[in-house]
Amino acid sequence: MATSTTPRDVAAPDRPPGAGASTKAPSRRPRRTLLPYLLLAPAIVLELAIHVVPMLVGAWMSLLELTQFHIRDWSTAPFVGLDNYRMVLDFDSAAGAELLQSFWVTVVYTVASVGISWVLGTAAAVLLQRPFRGRGILRALFLTPYALPVYTAVITWSFLFQRDTGLVNHVLVDQLHLFGDRPFWLIGENSFAALLIVSVWRSWPFAFLCVMAGLQNIPGDLYEAAAMDGAGFWRRLRSVTLPMLRPVNLVLLLVLFLWTFNDFNTPYVLFGGSAPDQADLISIHIYRSSFKTWDFGSGSAMSVALLLFLLVVTAGYLLITNRRRNDA
Amino acid sequence: MRETAAERWARRVVLTLLAIFVLVPLYVMVSSALKPLKDVQNAFTWWPRRPTLQAFVDMWSTVPLGRYLVNSLVVSSVAAVFSVTVAIFAAFAVSRYRFRGRGLFSVTVLSTQMFPGILFLLPLFLIYVNLGNATGIQLYASRTGLIITYLTFSLPFSIWMLVGYFDSIPRGLDEAAQVDGAGPLRTLFQVVLPAAVPGVIAVTVYAFMTAWGEVLFASVMTNESSRTLAVGLQGYSTQFNVYWNQVMAASLVVSLPVVAGFLALQRYFVAGLTAGAVK
Repeated sequence: MATSTTPRDVAAPDRPPGAGASTKAPSRRPRRTLLPYLLLAPAIVLELAIHVVPMLVGAWMSLLELTQFHIRDWSTAPFVGLDNYRMVLDFDSAAGAELLQSFWVTVVYTVASVGISWVLGTAAAVLLQRPFRGRGILRALFLTPYALPVYTAVITWSFLFQRDTGLVNHVLVDQLHLFGDRPFWLIGENSFAALLIVSVWRSWPFAFLCVMAGLQNIPGDLYEAAAMDGAGFWRRLRSVTLPMLRPVNLVLLLVLFLWTFNDFNTPYVLFGGSAPDQADLISIHIYRSSFKTWDFGSGSAMSVALLLFLLVVTAGYLLITNRRRNDA
Repeated sequence: MRETAAERWARRVVLTLLAIFVLVPLYVMVSSALKPLKDVQNAFTWWPRRPTLQAFVDMWSTVPLGRYLVNSLVVSSVAAVFSVTVAIFAAFAVSRYRFRGRGLFSVTVLSTQMFPGILFLLPLFLIYVNLGNATGIQLYASRTGLIITYLTFSLPFSIWMLVGYFDSIPRGLDEAAQVDGAGPLRTLFQVVLPAAVPGVIAVTVYAFMTAWGEVLFASVMTNESSRTLAVGLQGYSTQFNVYWNQVMAASLVVSLPVVAGFLALQRYFVAGLTAGAVK
């Protein structure tokens, strides 16, 4: 998500062309056709000012040699065309190789985190469908990681992962004796696993929330009919629940993907501002290389390249899922 | 439709494991907040042997937590109120009018949410700084700048969810009001809004949570006097010492209100998501 917590908004719901109030009273039509735009104006102005204009400026910056010498006065920054792109996407150079490495780390991280979160969220929602004692408490408990501010959740996890004072090593080493040596979790090879666990902990409740909302739209008699036909748990899941959840899942998976791929907060707070190579997600990579070298031109070029990649993936995803829907 | 014994046990096992996964960090947050500093600097213990509330006292003086808290409260509440107000008008337009560009608006607003924050962080930072130099309007390192930034973060989802809510309110009610001579704005305030109160509350809480939890922009756009909790809480780890008991105590204090608010209103969220997502 562009911003920490709000990736869940990508679905543009299609609305049937209903009869709005606008079709009536022809005498007042001129005012009425203007009114919706007036109502929208504040939202449009804000979106333009905070999202669209800065993004265009960012695209422009990616074409400039915007190093520390020019940052105070942009007019002195030479226009260099696509040079920044050539530089950051040259995977034979050190900087390019680091970016490629960071890209692959992010891909694996995203696929694993989204996959696991979706499975856990769906499992919990399906298993909480039937009323039983303690269901309300479990539901509230499962939603808590989602409601917790990112930084408090991730700071707590970084305490759990401390080598000498953390819970994880206490359980694995002192109580279960699985390792002879106390492993490091926040530096070196294990940092990827640590990052993934924290990410899943934070995002599966969102999958749970969405699937739970989707399940409420499945009429109970579908299950009755399936059960009468002798369908067991897995059969009902495969033939009733999952097909009915398809519209929700289409949106949910896309949103989780974009959210996770752009994730900055989790590694930033977990590793205290600098991620180890094994967990160097793309957002934090761009952030650090921009502020380390003060080369905002190449930083912007990397951001634009990232945006183009996400656009292509999203467009492909929507095309494929739409075609399947039309075939069905 | 009866549950078989195997299904029942599978359900219990899976739900128990998930509950443990969720509970462990929460438990550590609470129990470590109750430990003295010495105990969190030594090997981990499950139970606080010498429980104390000292961390809840000390946390206010180790870092200026009070100031961070006030900053976060001001920024998040003002951003939430403005965001919801703007969203209400926009959602009313999208829900009740057919106009040219309606589809484009929805798609554009929602797609801004997929942009990597890092892409507009640097430009926005430079725009705020330059605007300050040119006009004297200080948006960089001020609460106002943060408020304006954050209110756009929650705007798209708020609009989307409110459109879902407004759509579920029968248009017959609008028309009845119009027959009585009510204009569009009176229709919005006297007919549509009262029927959508749960949705408005849910969206307000969501907007507040969004601003309360944001890290990336807070880390670049604030200075010592406008710093929010998201950045301020990192002050407990100094070069020499990490006050883990105080971090956990502070985390607990700043989490409780939002978690409580969210859990109290979660069914409105589910209803809003159902209205929006399932179409």
